[in-house]
Amino acid sequence: MTKTSIAAIAAARSGDKGEGSNVGILARSDEAYAFLKQQLTADVVREHMRAINKGGVKRYEADNMRVLNFLLEDSLGGGGSASLKTDAQGKTHGLAVLKLELDIPDSVLRSVKGA
Amino acid sequence: MSAKTAKDKVLIANGQGFWGDSILGPVRLVNEGPLDYLTLDYLAEVTMSIMQKLKSRRPETGYATDFVTLIDRVLPQLVEKDIKVIANAGGVNPHACKDAVLAVIAKHGYSGIKVAVVEGDDILGDLDDLMAQGQEFRNMDTGEPLSTVRDRVTSANVYLGAFPIAEALDQGAQIVITGRGTDPGLVIGPLIHEFGWKPTDYDELAAGTVAGHIVECGAQCTGGNYTDWRNVKDMARIGYPIIEAQADGTFVVTKHAGTGGMVTVASVTHQLAYEMGDPQNYITPDGVADFTSFTLEQEGPDRVRVSGVKGGPPTPTYKVSMSYEDGWKATGQLTISGPDALEKAKLCAQIVWDRLAFDGYEYADDERMVEFVGANVCHAGIDGNAANEPSEVVLRMGVKGPDRDKVNRFGPELVPLVTSGPPGVTGFAGGRPKATEIIGYWPALLSKELVHPRVTVFTS
Repeated sequence: MTKTSIAAIAAARSGDKGEGSNVGILARSDEAYAFLKQQLTADVVREHMRAINKGGVKRYEADNMRVLNFLLEDSLGGGGSASLKTDAQGKTHGLAVLKLELDIPDSVLRSVKGA
Repeated sequence: MSAKTAKDKVLIANGQGFWGDSILGPVRLVNEGPLDYLTLDYLAEVTMSIMQKLKSRRPETGYATDFVTLIDRVLPQLVEKDIKVIANAGGVNPHACKDAVLAVIAKHGYSGIKVAVVEGDDILGDLDDLMAQGQEFRNMDTGEPLSTVRDRVTSANVYLGAFPIAEALDQGAQIVITGRGTDPGLVIGPLIHEFGWKPTDYDELAAGTVAGHIVECGAQCTGGNYTDWRNVKDMARIGYPIIEAQADGTFVVTKHAGTGGMVTVASVTHQLAYEMGDPQNYITPDGVADFTSFTLEQEGPDRVRVSGVKGGPPTPTYKVSMSYEDGWKATGQLTISGPDALEKAKLCAQIVWDRLAFDGYEYADDERMVEFVGANVCHAGIDGNAANEPSEVVLRMGVKGPDRDKVNRFGPELVPLVTSGPPGVTGFAGGRPKATEIIGYWPALLSKELVHPRVTVFTS
């Protein structure tokens, strides 16, 4: 078990979605997906992103792509052209979620080697 | 479908991911390998509002002029290789766009090229009639009826589906110019035309939707904006994506040989996750695609096969994208050097708010913004990311609200910090920040029978 950022076992892509953003977390292996599906809940992401996202977080799963999709409902400071923020489109939110640290089992860390 | 024999495989590329994407994408696509169709996306949600404003001042404008520049540059290759082009460059004035394209064709000395216009998406002029008939255009996010902002609406466009595009191709068009439609529709249109798909071929149409979604942001599926960026080779010459499609809906995502970037299951999955909502219900006017249904497989270098896409019947409504005047905003920035860059930047921000308050201008928390760029802005509040002592920070500040004069009062208090704030304040350029309009976004639904897409073909 190692406490480290989930960037070790996942990739990410994010963008704007109305007044919020979506963060797709792409697991790098089946083992990593199973682990993230269990540990990376909507509540965990909501807490991690609390300074950026003022609204709720909803999670969807796409097992075929090993993707967990999070909708951050109020993360853009108004959204679209109303935002005064530098990242008015949530382009950097995926990398922000990847900085989240979890206790990751060694077997999961090993499963992504070479992935 | 036309009388010609159906091809086994059709090559459809996207060379423009948004208005402002590099012209090198489409220029290289027509030069660097085989291609049947080139699709180009020029529209974003706020674009239509900007175009309506341009058109109201000059009736011959209101479309994406970048598209005309592109056609001027690549027309000989399009003709020589018989590449067909589908672009939503028409904006709110597709006929003006078509006229400009016909003029370019004439200038190059070609004739007989067919240019089609797909329209019927622009319902700005019909809004009052439709509302009188009982359409409320309730905001899909807030539930409010459009009547609350009706007098401030600046554009209203239906996202049309792919069948009108296919109809234009059936009529022999080499260049199809549309207004607002779905982004994947630019790719689905040629697939319907080539393979004769029917409105009830839900799985095939869903496969076209997935293909269109993968390529709609250009290089974002070939290694652009990719987490493991060190693994992306030759990003400067990154290849734009190509769909190699078959009649059964199976397709391969690829790119031209010798171009930069890569097509892998991971690069394609990155883009599939972009702007994703509920993956099981990806709604388009032509059907509902299930993004959890298919299989991705690396079948060779820079070749990802997508198979097994499932879809369902369309909903009875079109999505309407409207924009409205939603107040004013102004932002500006200064650069503050060290020593003590962050501490001084915080002092600067407080000085600006204090001076404005001294003059009677106070801005509520949700009407003002301060960022210290370089000291943890994008990933605010995330542990392990606090900047210790940056050698400089960019102080970004802004205000917004319904009162234009109040928003404009902010700008003149930013610059004086250079001489009346702490030392090391610089980087001021571009004049005082001025109020610019905020364009509000109003998504709604409209019954399909109230919308009438039209296709007209013109021959050069």
